[in-house]
Amino acid sequence: MTCLEKNIVLQMNHIMKIYSNGVVANEDVSIELEKGEIHALLGENGAGKSTLMKVLFGIESPDEGQILLNGQETSIRSPQDAISKGIGMVHQHFMLVPSLTVAENIILGVEPRKKGVFIDMEKAVSAAEEIAQKYNFDIDVRTKVEEIPVGIKQKVEILKALYRGADILILDEPTAVLTPQETDELFVQLEKLRDNGHTIIFISHKLDEIKKICNRATIMRSGRSMGTYEVKDISTEDMSRLMVGRDVVLTFEKEEAKPAGVILKVRDLSVRNAQGVLKVDNLSFDLQGGEILGIAGVEGNGQSELINSLTGLNKSYQGRIFVKETDIEKSSIKEIRDLSVAHIPEDRMTSGCAGNLNILENLFSNQYTDPEYSGKMLLKVKRIQARSVELIKEYLIKCRSFRQNVGMLSGGNIQKVIVAREFSTGPGLIIANQPTRGVDVGAAEFIRKRLLAFRDAGCAVLLVSADLNEVFSLSDRLAVMYKGKFSGVFTNVADVTEEELGQYMLGLKHQEEQEGVIYE
Amino acid sequence: MLQSLLSPDFFNAILRATTPILFAALASSVASKSGITNMALEGIMLFSALFGVIFSAMTGNFAAGLLLTMAAGGAIGLLLAFFVLNLKTDEILAAIAINLMATGGTVLLMLAVSGDRGSSTSIANVSAPKVVIPLIDQIPFVGQILSGQNLMTYLSILAVVVMHLFLYKTPLGLKIRAVGENKNAAESVGISSRKIQYIALMISGVLASMGGFFLSGGYMNMFTKDMSAGKGYIALAASAMGGDTPIGGFLVSLLFGAAQALANMMQLTDIPHELIQMVPYLTTLVGLGVYSYAGLKKRQKLAGK
Repeated sequence: MTCLEKNIVLQMNHIMKIYSNGVVANEDVSIELEKGEIHALLGENGAGKSTLMKVLFGIESPDEGQILLNGQETSIRSPQDAISKGIGMVHQHFMLVPSLTVAENIILGVEPRKKGVFIDMEKAVSAAEEIAQKYNFDIDVRTKVEEIPVGIKQKVEILKALYRGADILILDEPTAVLTPQETDELFVQLEKLRDNGHTIIFISHKLDEIKKICNRATIMRSGRSMGTYEVKDISTEDMSRLMVGRDVVLTFEKEEAKPAGVILKVRDLSVRNAQGVLKVDNLSFDLQGGEILGIAGVEGNGQSELINSLTGLNKSYQGRIFVKETDIEKSSIKEIRDLSVAHIPEDRMTSGCAGNLNILENLFSNQYTDPEYSGKMLLKVKRIQARSVELIKEYLIKCRSFRQNVGMLSGGNIQKVIVAREFSTGPGLIIANQPTRGVDVGAAEFIRKRLLAFRDAGCAVLLVSADLNEVFSLSDRLAVMYKGKFSGVFTNVADVTEEELGQYMLGLKHQEEQEGVIYE
Repeated sequence: MLQSLLSPDFFNAILRATTPILFAALASSVASKSGITNMALEGIMLFSALFGVIFSAMTGNFAAGLLLTMAAGGAIGLLLAFFVLNLKTDEILAAIAINLMATGGTVLLMLAVSGDRGSSTSIANVSAPKVVIPLIDQIPFVGQILSGQNLMTYLSILAVVVMHLFLYKTPLGLKIRAVGENKNAAESVGISSRKIQYIALMISGVLASMGGFFLSGGYMNMFTKDMSAGKGYIALAASAMGGDTPIGGFLVSLLFGAAQALANMMQLTDIPHELIQMVPYLTTLVGLGVYSYAGLKKRQKLAGK
């Protein structure tokens, strides 16, 4: 597209957003949209893309910065406000009512009426059909939403936004749920929308798709903008470097690993998710005592499914998993834990702790049956309290007393409670999934040092993290997960550059032969 | 026995027994469609049964009494909404509170108004009239069923049609269903889910109060202590089994009404009446069992696909 003069429809200038828990989600981010372009917003999970879009769509209000719509300064107070200003959003999780028809979903909230009382269904259907035809969407608007496939649901969401007069469309990772064919179809339609003068913000971290369809790309990393580029002028390598580079290089004093026999053995593991999509694809690896195996990768490439299978949360998998020679297929979570497995889950609030219980209760939720702390009928309260006080001291948990509810603590302190609980059983295998996400620098440092101490004591550590710093500085071996497989495995972490790692994470590179995955 | 089952009287008895359950089932369906279980139906009916007697006697006019009762029912519906939506009380606990308040409160009120503890016989009640439809009442057998019912019975059947049109053909009905099914989706297009649920619970309260009004001003001609006798709960089951739709609720209410009528008729036989009184509740239990089993099978079939 050769524009003689730029026609700017939207400017977001110097946006700053700090959440109440202290996380700086956006720091001086600026973005500019030209009329009739598809603009990629590129970045890893947690880079601040979603926050920026929430600000634009009126879900969050910025702490600083201004928004200019067609050159006029404006403030967007609510999604409703955004819609009335011509901004539409297609959420990753569809906002549709399943038992209503496509047409009913499209007109919901802005129903045409007849006789003042009833919905004019004929008008609704014809309006929906008209708008579908205008943009070449092949949809039967009389079908119920629950009966249509995901790809069509997404089209309904787009139509919903268009029906409300959206000029600017925000698509939040639209291809994440689509098959390749559906993706191609979506792209054709997006191009048509663009040619009709609509402006599209395309949130993604799939570089090939951005190359294919976007005109310009704004790249974000750790809450900051890394600049806006013409897509045709920037290589995928440069994009990946800008997207996944490290900000600060962390270094830890690390002794040579002293491997001490295989503790975790995974063979030909395949896992499908609830929708039947293959998330872990025939994966095999070993993990020894005394070493840390880091797994890097963009989220959603099978890491969660892998961890859930290893820890007993997911039981429907193919292949075999051995912990210390025991096949855990039939083992309960408690039996797996009794093999001295500790698990720091990915989401601390939903599966890491019970927010409404106090610190003491959370600290002992995995060992209240231990004869050390439990008699035949009653818990040994004195002993548990004494141990809680010790753990709070040892793990530097900032709280008033062990009677405080865990949900009232800060993110970092909640994570410390979980870590204290998991580490206090003297584990032989630690499975840590994003152990320092959303945790303040001090707590993160503390947790990382603990992981290293356990490794030095002969414990096997499986570390899944989106934080490149963390996997680089802690791992003895490093694997990159892409589409359910290891796209790369590195036995000497020091030899890998972050650019290279980024290319493996984004599927630009793939090792044909892998060494050092299995010790046999 | 068989002869009496085939008499117009028996069908009349079915319709009379169905009427209060049907109103309450419609009340339940509109609340459920908006995403809230209105278990306070029982209490609203009991309150309304007493209010009906008091308001009708005060105004000397059944229509005025009915309208005032409906207003009171709507107000209780709003009260429930306030507890659930503003104060974030558990909807079941709030409903239990209202139901318990009705059990004690109605007796206290009656004592204050009539000086009686058991029933309101001392109040001169004005009931809803029976409606004789000309010509139709001349048809043998069918005419005796279609004509001559209490006005409230006709209103209840009219309410089925009105509620069906309301829920499925009006913008507000569409919004109620959208909020009940996916609150986020409704909110995302600017619908206030709180406002919609307030409206739904108010309508629910009004409908339930009409059922309560019929109990003391049609089914019987006075208020007696605890006269709702679990009909609100039976209606919850009827609505659920009817898929929370007005027409489904109507059909299941008819079934439960028939069970009630059968129980009434069987009291003339030698079967101990304690057993007979179980029939409506047993029917509800069996009905719910069948309904849940069918739902389970359906889900299993879907999961297996």
